[in-house]
Amino acid sequence: MILVFFLTTSALSIASAPLFAGDGTLRMAPDFTRTDLKGKSLSLRNYRGKLVLLNFWATWCGPCLTEIPRFAAWQNTYGAAGLQVVGVSMDDDSAPVVRAYEKYHLNYPVAMGDAKLGELFGGVLGLPVSYLIDPDGRVVARYQGEPDLKQLEARIKSLLPRP
Amino acid sequence: MKHNAMKALYVFVFAFIFLSRPGSALAQHEPAASIPAADLIQPADLAANLKNASAPKPLILQVGFRKLYAQAHIPDSEYVGAAGEDAGLKLLSNRVAKLAKDTAIVIYCGCCPWSHCPNIAAAYDALHAMGFTQVKVLYIADNFGDDWVKLGYPVVTGG
Repeated sequence: MILVFFLTTSALSIASAPLFAGDGTLRMAPDFTRTDLKGKSLSLRNYRGKLVLLNFWATWCGPCLTEIPRFAAWQNTYGAAGLQVVGVSMDDDSAPVVRAYEKYHLNYPVAMGDAKLGELFGGVLGLPVSYLIDPDGRVVARYQGEPDLKQLEARIKSLLPRP
Repeated sequence: MKHNAMKALYVFVFAFIFLSRPGSALAQHEPAASIPAADLIQPADLAANLKNASAPKPLILQVGFRKLYAQAHIPDSEYVGAAGEDAGLKLLSNRVAKLAKDTAIVIYCGCCPWSHCPNIAAAYDALHAMGFTQVKVLYIADNFGDDWVKLGYPVVTGG
């Protein structure tokens, strides 16, 4: 019973991790390091100075596959102005992710995620979910589900470090 | 003899399901909207059942993805595999193969918005094809986080 209670409260606190810290400031994005699909090390902290669009997705998620070609286009358009898209796949296996990476001509790093990484970001309990992280590493927005891509693009443009 | 006949029937049923499904292109799936409304169960109703110690408990099966299940799932629910994929459907059929056809079963996923879920209708169709008569589908409108966890219904992690 105690164990169930502990696990229950643990999961609830994970799923409700706020964007704001207790003092009202924006929460710092948790750092993580993974190896991306191309075998290179991917660390979130290495993108300090850039506006990061961190996208959790999966190949079995229809709305995710609608988004990712737009994210690739934005990487092309706004990369020089300081945008960096980072993908984290929640697929169970990497093989379909590699196929999707090629099929959708993704031009940004994608790493495989896991439950631990999901919990680090407040619980990835449904896809897609994306975070906008400012050049100082603070989470400025969280988008659960299908965002309005026009609004998201406008938000990105307003936050670019070198507009 | 009877056992072999049943085994052959299952093989036929699942072969039929696999062959009648759309191709394996990324993110193609059967629409959740095809599930009759009468066979849906709302999160509040399932949560009330779980809370009621004297209520009969259904077998609860998560037919989504392991990384989501590992982060949070309904207490006592079992992970059986993503029913939108052939391997997951096979695991589902193995899990229920020896159960009585009137076993109360609740299936759920919650990986994505209801209309985009690649697993739930496939699992529902498979269970019906096997003859199960007491199957309910947990209606998760957007995702498991928003429609179950954030509403304060019980969850456990791991697995």
